[in-house]
Amino acid sequence: MAVELKMPALSPTMEEGTLAKWLVKEGDVVKSGDILAEIETDKATMEFEAVDEGTVTSILVSEGTDNVKVGTVIALIAGEGEDTAAPAAKQAAAAPISAPAAVAAPAAPSPVPAMSAIKSDPAIPAGTQMVTMTLREALRDAMAEEMRREPNVFVMGEEVAEYQGAYKVTQGLLEEFGPARVIDTPITEYGFAGIGTGAAMGGLRPVIEFMTFNFAMQAIDHIVNSAAKTNYMSGGQMRCPIVFRGPNGAAARVGAQHSQNYAPWYASVPGLIVIAPYDAADAKGLLKAAIRCEDPVVFLENELLYGRSFDLPVIDDYVLPIGKARIMREGSDVTIVSYSIGVGMALEAAGILAGEGISAEVLDLRTIRPLDKAAVLQSLTKTNRLVVAEEGWPTCSVGSEILAICMEEGFDDLDAPVLRVTNEDVPMPYAANLEQLALVNPAKIAATCRKLF
Amino acid sequence: MKQIAASKTKDIILAKPPAKKKAVPTGSAIPALSGNSGPQNRERPEQPGSYRATLQEMLSFYREMLLIRRFEEKAGQLYGLGLIGGFCHLYIGQEAVAIGLQSALIPGKDSVITGYRDHGHMLAYGIDPNIIMAELTGRAAGISRGKGGSMHMFSTSHKFYGGHGIVGAQVSLGAGLAFKHKYAGDGGVCLAYFGDGASNQGQVYESFNMAELWKLPIIFVIENNQYAMGTSVNRASSEDQLYRRGESFRIPGIQVDGMDVLAVRGAAETALEWVRGGKGPILLEMKTYRYRGHSMSDPAKYRSRDEVQAMRENSDPIEQTKARLVEMGISEDEIKAIDKDIRAIVNEAADFAESSPEPDANELYTDILVEQY
Repeated sequence: MAVELKMPALSPTMEEGTLAKWLVKEGDVVKSGDILAEIETDKATMEFEAVDEGTVTSILVSEGTDNVKVGTVIALIAGEGEDTAAPAAKQAAAAPISAPAAVAAPAAPSPVPAMSAIKSDPAIPAGTQMVTMTLREALRDAMAEEMRREPNVFVMGEEVAEYQGAYKVTQGLLEEFGPARVIDTPITEYGFAGIGTGAAMGGLRPVIEFMTFNFAMQAIDHIVNSAAKTNYMSGGQMRCPIVFRGPNGAAARVGAQHSQNYAPWYASVPGLIVIAPYDAADAKGLLKAAIRCEDPVVFLENELLYGRSFDLPVIDDYVLPIGKARIMREGSDVTIVSYSIGVGMALEAAGILAGEGISAEVLDLRTIRPLDKAAVLQSLTKTNRLVVAEEGWPTCSVGSEILAICMEEGFDDLDAPVLRVTNEDVPMPYAANLEQLALVNPAKIAATCRKLF
Repeated sequence: MKQIAASKTKDIILAKPPAKKKAVPTGSAIPALSGNSGPQNRERPEQPGSYRATLQEMLSFYREMLLIRRFEEKAGQLYGLGLIGGFCHLYIGQEAVAIGLQSALIPGKDSVITGYRDHGHMLAYGIDPNIIMAELTGRAAGISRGKGGSMHMFSTSHKFYGGHGIVGAQVSLGAGLAFKHKYAGDGGVCLAYFGDGASNQGQVYESFNMAELWKLPIIFVIENNQYAMGTSVNRASSEDQLYRRGESFRIPGIQVDGMDVLAVRGAAETALEWVRGGKGPILLEMKTYRYRGHSMSDPAKYRSRDEVQAMRENSDPIEQTKARLVEMGISEDEIKAIDKDIRAIVNEAADFAESSPEPDANELYTDILVEQY
């Protein structure tokens, strides 16, 4: 039986083409790899190769024919014996040519709500002893506790071992866990982000420290393309339980290349968890959760907070839920939503406003992705006014996202427009006065809140 | 055995064995820096020999290479019929590389990672052609449930870690898999494939540095098929003898005739002995050739038809193996029976891939995150 040769699709977008030239004639014997014809697509002239052996019995579309639709039978080849019973002649083959249309079929399903069992912070029993600890120490303790608990956890990065951490966050880890688990790398972010991601794919649980997230731009390909997407692309086979952590956002007087908030960048990527804690208790509890998490986590710290002291409950194994915001201060007139260092500024602003008779609620998002929309909307229901305070640029910011959520899902609760108060939309300047002008601060947050009344 | 001279000739593959010229570089061009022993004083792996395959092994090499060839031809056909979409990079011509190397690995212990031209490496690991083809057609039965496509396929049960679409990413990821082998002390080795094009990516050298620094158990394999899309090695590489690319990291390199499955397997034995011996990474440059364009939509106008034909006629890995089988006393009929068998497997894979249903719409939102938050 003859094999039908069909007009091939020679590019992802080709629908028709010109049969420019036949290089065989009827009666020719062809074998696999022989060029049968030249076909012009909109982009190029392509050679059309034989796949099966046989004799060309008839040419059905003559050379020079334009607009030959993909899938049109252009020639017949008679095979020698049984091999030619290939499925090329099957009817089924013709149908899926218009396959892309299938994409436009029914409406896309909605994401599965993961709200079935909202986890809460562990209860802190009355009388629990509190200790005062810096954020830096809390982060170190979180890593050390998880390393004691799970031998597959290791820490890798620049200056994390012998130097004890560029910002001393990994202090003491080398001494306790040794050089096989606390690993100094060369200055080579792209490389060690990839090595960490590969190790996680292989079954380890790496904590990759970036000296700052500014340098992680060298490595963002592995965070986004390798770590975040592989589970999906593998149909759920591949795991990547990795934590990328380090300081994020503006430090002090380090200029434009070292002062940037990456939360909105990573928060836009499906497949990533993005956490940006404010105080030491959250930093510890969430970093422990991040290390145990089966998904890749971007854990954004803040250099200016490293040395700040906070109260921390003395509880064994203090692990917090990912994806859960926290009300830092109750209020009834306006909600200030923030995260990371912005939370401290929001609390200060709330203090200023309280003196003016405005009761501000401060909501700390803690996790940026997945975002605790329910907490935002719930607070809005109560206060009917909302401001997002963010130490970062305004354009396409986390604030932009919160605004959209309030418009889409909280419109009826709004008594005033939702406003953003952020850094200025400029690269971070070096000069002290200009830097101060560029950064968000409590006074700016308070002033923005006042506009709503 | 065949060797490829380490000269800057324009010969891509030498059809005849060249004079016994050592492919291993002497490194004499650059004097040793103080404090370091110069390259010429370092331990080097032996120049690999041609693998002495038993008849049974030779038959499986033939069979497996033929499976890749016919599978890829069929994939090309299905692409032409619109059943496979997007990018589709065929492995035709390079079969001896995957078969020669992976036949030397211990499945379940050693890991493999590659770029987007990945169908052959999966078939070489014995992964079911049906579910590979079904992935190419984007069906629910595909190995990635239709969500990965040609470039993104994985089989963790085989320790096959993809299937990566970003040129060079698999080299760092592979070093990470090797890091895991070392960390866990499981005795495994990672085989990380990349192309001549990827060999110019920066992260490759970041990974070389750390792999040697930490003596990671990894075999870096450059599948030098001569063209990075449309750019020939000579137009893209200041050092076009790619096996030397590990030199400044003290990673020894060996150039291998990647069209000869026995030469490839011989090199695999040498490399595995080196790496399993705790001596750190090794680099194999496989001189090979792809007969088809870079992807299905590449008209391949950057090389002459004669060049491709010459390669097919003089160096085809499958024809070479067939000739050896005949020499070993296998009859034409027996070979034809294998061919028929392989065609049946591939036709069945195509049938399966065409007739399987597309993924359920609900799959859109599965496998994004493992846990619920």
